[in-house]
Amino acid sequence: MTGFSFRRFLAVLWKETLQMRRDPATIALVVTIPLIQLFLFGYALNSNPHHLPTGVLTAEHTRYTRDLEAALINTGYFDLHDFASEKEADDALARGDVLFVMNIPPGFTRDVDAGQQPSILMDADATDPTAIAQATAAVVALNGTALQRDLPIGMQNQPAGSPFQVTLHARYNPSAITALNVVPGLIGVILSFSTLVITALSMTREREAGTMENLLSMPVRPLEVMMGKITPYVGLGYIQVFLVLAVAVSVFGVPVNGSIPLLLAVLGLFIACNLALGFTFSTISRTQMQAQQLAQFALLPSMMLSGFIYPFAGMPLWARTIGEMLPMTHIIRICRAILLKGNGFADIAPDVWPMAVFAVVATAVAILSYRDTLD
Amino acid sequence: MSALAIPLAIPLAIDVHGLRKSFGKRDVVTGLDLQVPQGEICGFLGGNGSGKTTTIRMLCGLMKPDAGGGTCLGMDVIKDSADIRLQVGYMTQRFSFYGDLTVKENLEFVARLYQLPDTRAVVRDTLDRMSLADRADQMAQNLSGGWKQRMALAACVMHRPKLLLLDEPTAGVDAKARREFWDLINDMASEGMTVLVSTHYMDEAERCKRVVYLSGGKLIVQGTAEEVVRNAHLVVFELTGAGIDKVSKSLRGAPGVESATIFGQALRVVGLDRPALLTAIEGTEKPDGIAVEEVQARLDDVFIHLLRDQDIV
Repeated sequence: MTGFSFRRFLAVLWKETLQMRRDPATIALVVTIPLIQLFLFGYALNSNPHHLPTGVLTAEHTRYTRDLEAALINTGYFDLHDFASEKEADDALARGDVLFVMNIPPGFTRDVDAGQQPSILMDADATDPTAIAQATAAVVALNGTALQRDLPIGMQNQPAGSPFQVTLHARYNPSAITALNVVPGLIGVILSFSTLVITALSMTREREAGTMENLLSMPVRPLEVMMGKITPYVGLGYIQVFLVLAVAVSVFGVPVNGSIPLLLAVLGLFIACNLALGFTFSTISRTQMQAQQLAQFALLPSMMLSGFIYPFAGMPLWARTIGEMLPMTHIIRICRAILLKGNGFADIAPDVWPMAVFAVVATAVAILSYRDTLD
Repeated sequence: MSALAIPLAIPLAIDVHGLRKSFGKRDVVTGLDLQVPQGEICGFLGGNGSGKTTTIRMLCGLMKPDAGGGTCLGMDVIKDSADIRLQVGYMTQRFSFYGDLTVKENLEFVARLYQLPDTRAVVRDTLDRMSLADRADQMAQNLSGGWKQRMALAACVMHRPKLLLLDEPTAGVDAKARREFWDLINDMASEGMTVLVSTHYMDEAERCKRVVYLSGGKLIVQGTAEEVVRNAHLVVFELTGAGIDKVSKSLRGAPGVESATIFGQALRVVGLDRPALLTAIEGTEKPDGIAVEEVQARLDDVFIHLLRDQDIV
């Protein structure tokens, strides 16, 4: 038998495309699910929530404290509740009843008047940094303006500094992710979800339907089957990329500071990584169920250890080592780098080659694990 | 029972020796020798689990034998399995084409994998030849059993293989479709194709030029249908008349009686030992008017006899 035959590859490609077109589930998986995920995650993770419950602890009720409370309410981010004791406020923060506690120290009014720039302590529940990021920024911006109206004439517009300080104390999770990071990262996650699962099912479906035996009895080589089966899904992957990018830019206002062709080229490599991995799962699994389990087994670390959910820098060395091997880690960095920072190829090269290595190794494993007998 | 020698002058399409295959601890094929001359229709018979499917899979390179070897169309079954696939048509026991493709698309896919010149023309000819043209645009999953088998056969012969391996091609298909299917097989054999076909139907076995019988993963009988019947040395008595159903009960299990089965109006009593059989029949209480007559053994008598042996083993 001859080597790689382009005609046989085309035959498999044609057959896969026909089957794909006729399977409404595949189309649903490819078009609907990414959009749902994007809106779900995008809004859930990227939203700018207002009216966050906030506790106020204050020993005095003066014009300054009233100004301060009014200013907080006017930002729209805070709904205030008074607390009588520090313990009460602390407990409420721990339970999650409030996300912030503003602690105005005793003698605040006197110290402001004396120009001593007293500190307000703002405790924030940082378990969900995205949720409080915008609100926190608003608090910090307050200190210059909140008391303006009621300050003694001599202290208004004084260049020396604001009349008080805000000390922000992020509790429970001191690191914070910024909201714009999420949507670029989602591109990688969404692509993985669909491409990995669909290819993982591709060979097992043949095996379960019994068509595998027939396919094997015909003169077609593993590489032709693999390429023919994978190629239509590369096309589908790109359709997803366009969908996700369009929504990311138009709905979520993700900036495009870098080169889109470069991004598409690198995403192609990422898709190849996923398809090769999915095909490997498909060849070593006996049933579609097993293949799906394997795909999910691979997706979880991709979500957790890639820096998508938790900051990469905050993970222990072993987790980072695993993370560095995952294509997801690199594509998330690349998407953020190209879209947000406008980086070129030279900047992202350190994240491109690990994906290339992964793609080559995964393809080799996929071909080696493809058995052209029924044994 | 000895295997019948095949004249040396006829070239062999299949010539394998000592094939063995086990799955885990289960030995499925246990030293199988099989010779099939070119251009013959060879019936591949044996009970369920006797190793027929596994043997066929080894012949077309879908499974590697654990031991043994030989040639298929003159090519080594182990080393040249890729080349064998080009010249063999294998029809699987289970329908193994794509249900979500039409008949025509399935055939086109196969034609392209074999890289046949002018795919469209080949597929059109095949559709006409197999009378499938009316159903060309029907989804394969919506075909009835008989048409599915016909489509599968069409797909197997499109590349004009020299050897056709059919694994229970007519299982579950109605009598008319079975007859038409066999007419097609005969047409192909007359064009010089060698056919190895496994079946459980006796009428189909009788249509084969040669039958081979597998038991416990070994070939135990082969020859023409007449030779197989003759060499079994079975003695058969037929009892006719009212009340044979009662007689059959008392004969079953009597010494010398292998089987006592009613076929319509007649009770067939089969055994190897004529005197013992006669003694048993004479010693049984019979209603008046029962006639006893010795008749020719048939192929199904032989196979039931062989299946019985297998169960004893």
